[in-house]
Amino acid sequence: MKDNEKVISVKNLTKKFGSFTAVDHISFDVGKGEIFGFLGANGAGKTTAMRMLCGLSLPSSGEGRVAGYDIIRQPEEIKRHIGYMSQKFSLYENLRVNENIRLFSIIYGMSDSSMKEASEKLYKDLRMEDMSKTLVKDLPVGWKQKLAFAVATIHRPEIVFLDEPTGGVDPLTRRRFWELIYKASSEGMTIFVTTHYLDEAEYCNRVSIMVDGRISALDSPEALKERFQVSSMDDVFRIVAKDALRVD
Amino acid sequence: MAIFGALVKKEALHILRDTRTMVITIFMPLVLLLLFGFAISTEVNDIRIAAVVEKHTCETRKILERFRVNEYFTFLGLVAPTETERLLRSGRADAVLFLRSDDANLKAQIMVDAANPTIAQTVTAYVGGVINKEEIKSPVLTYTLYNPQMKSSYNFVPGIMGMIFILICAIMTSVSIVREKENGTMNLLLVSPIRPATIILGKLVPYFLLSCVILAIMLFISYTLLGLPLSASIVNVVLLSFLYIILSLSFGLLVSTIADSQLTALIGSAVILMLPVIMLSGMIFPIDNMPVFLQGVSCIIPARWYISAMRKLMIQQLDAAYIFKEVMILTSMTIVLLVLSIRKFYSSSRK
Repeated sequence: MKDNEKVISVKNLTKKFGSFTAVDHISFDVGKGEIFGFLGANGAGKTTAMRMLCGLSLPSSGEGRVAGYDIIRQPEEIKRHIGYMSQKFSLYENLRVNENIRLFSIIYGMSDSSMKEASEKLYKDLRMEDMSKTLVKDLPVGWKQKLAFAVATIHRPEIVFLDEPTGGVDPLTRRRFWELIYKASSEGMTIFVTTHYLDEAEYCNRVSIMVDGRISALDSPEALKERFQVSSMDDVFRIVAKDALRVD
Repeated sequence: MAIFGALVKKEALHILRDTRTMVITIFMPLVLLLLFGFAISTEVNDIRIAAVVEKHTCETRKILERFRVNEYFTFLGLVAPTETERLLRSGRADAVLFLRSDDANLKAQIMVDAANPTIAQTVTAYVGGVINKEEIKSPVLTYTLYNPQMKSSYNFVPGIMGMIFILICAIMTSVSIVREKENGTMNLLLVSPIRPATIILGKLVPYFLLSCVILAIMLFISYTLLGLPLSASIVNVVLLSFLYIILSLSFGLLVSTIADSQLTALIGSAVILMLPVIMLSGMIFPIDNMPVFLQGVSCIIPARWYISAMRKLMIQQLDAAYIFKEVMILTSMTIVLLVLSIRKFYSSSRK
């Protein structure tokens, strides 16, 4: 991968909490437009690693660049160029759909005209034209999730971080959600996604598997399956993570 | 600035759409003020008194007449000595007055229902006052300063305000911030380019405004319905309340940086704040009567200083110079709380 194609580049990134090393010298690169799967059991250090990439957490050592900015010195610039969505489809439940869109477009410093354009596109893409005045808490889960993704990407970030975005939803809704991810990726957005669902790992261009704070495997799903001589990512994960010490 | 406006608007919509909270915020101060102002009072009104008179004289007639016209008493009339016990037992009378003329000297005895000692004491004092009006040649003259009618509502208003602001500012702010943590929307704000200071202000300002509305309502009721003396010190009352509101908001912010769930935040602020405020702030129980240890504890309760200063301003009508000590203490507490909570918030926003 050429340097100018890398949107995330991390070297020996480490995070310690006291004597506990949550993330232990991880290094990887993510290319532009890639769907990068970030796998690992609970407690493997995924969320901590992701928080460092988003500028929410200061690394203990190591370095990294996200969207061209240094994660230690320029967290504010990073925040301007990324989108973020967590497992809780976090939007303001007591606000209407259009109020949520408005709030986040103002937060990301969008002009009135680009906000109008973006929200029209959003309603059209999600087929939510008649729902703009609905309170978010009254939306079905699947809609909330799609909306959360659309809002997280309303400012057209270079990278969008998805923290277990499909937790607790049915397979059909997950499927539809992944269609959204593909669409965003085809428009040039880089997707960094953590997930528990190993079938979802198959949809990624490349996946990394974290075990006990380290990256134990990193390649395309096909290459990983071939290397371990198995037919599914599920089996790959089982082999890679079988020696994990940190399990809930 | 646009971001700040959007955050304030968002919070305002949340407050307005949460009907339950709105009802509690607006009605609780009203109900508490009216309860303490009218219903719960330490004054004793309408004492039902009967009299047993052995032999009428000019003097006894005068005394009974005074009881008839006194608005604090309901005179039940003359009764037979055998009836007195029944009257008191059945609760139809609060006290019975016995008058006996002995060698042209009037002797009086009061029999009073002392099931509630506080009331009994007050009743005895009242009755004694009415009887002795003329009989003592040079009576002790008592002037009751600042609250000539001894209205207990005067005393309660500052206390209730001290309680309400802690309740609304501290509890509501901490719960609303922790709710954002629980729902994950706090994370959305933190990964956005908003500066942490803007997030904090966007949270505090709406609740400050809400508190101002409540302050206005409470002052309006105090000065109209409860008839507190209106004076030039109202500006000072408002300024002092602003300081106290900011202090309560900082406390709420501090609780929210420590608590992880709305329940913890609620219990934390309620237990840490409400009980000490009610018990130790001097709102109900005088601080001077407390054991020395509790008096010491009461010094770290902000409400104590606020209530004390408010009494000076609202009831004693003193000017600002007299509350210098209280203002200084409240200001230092505010600064400490703000610095602590903002540092805690910053460190948790970038661990």
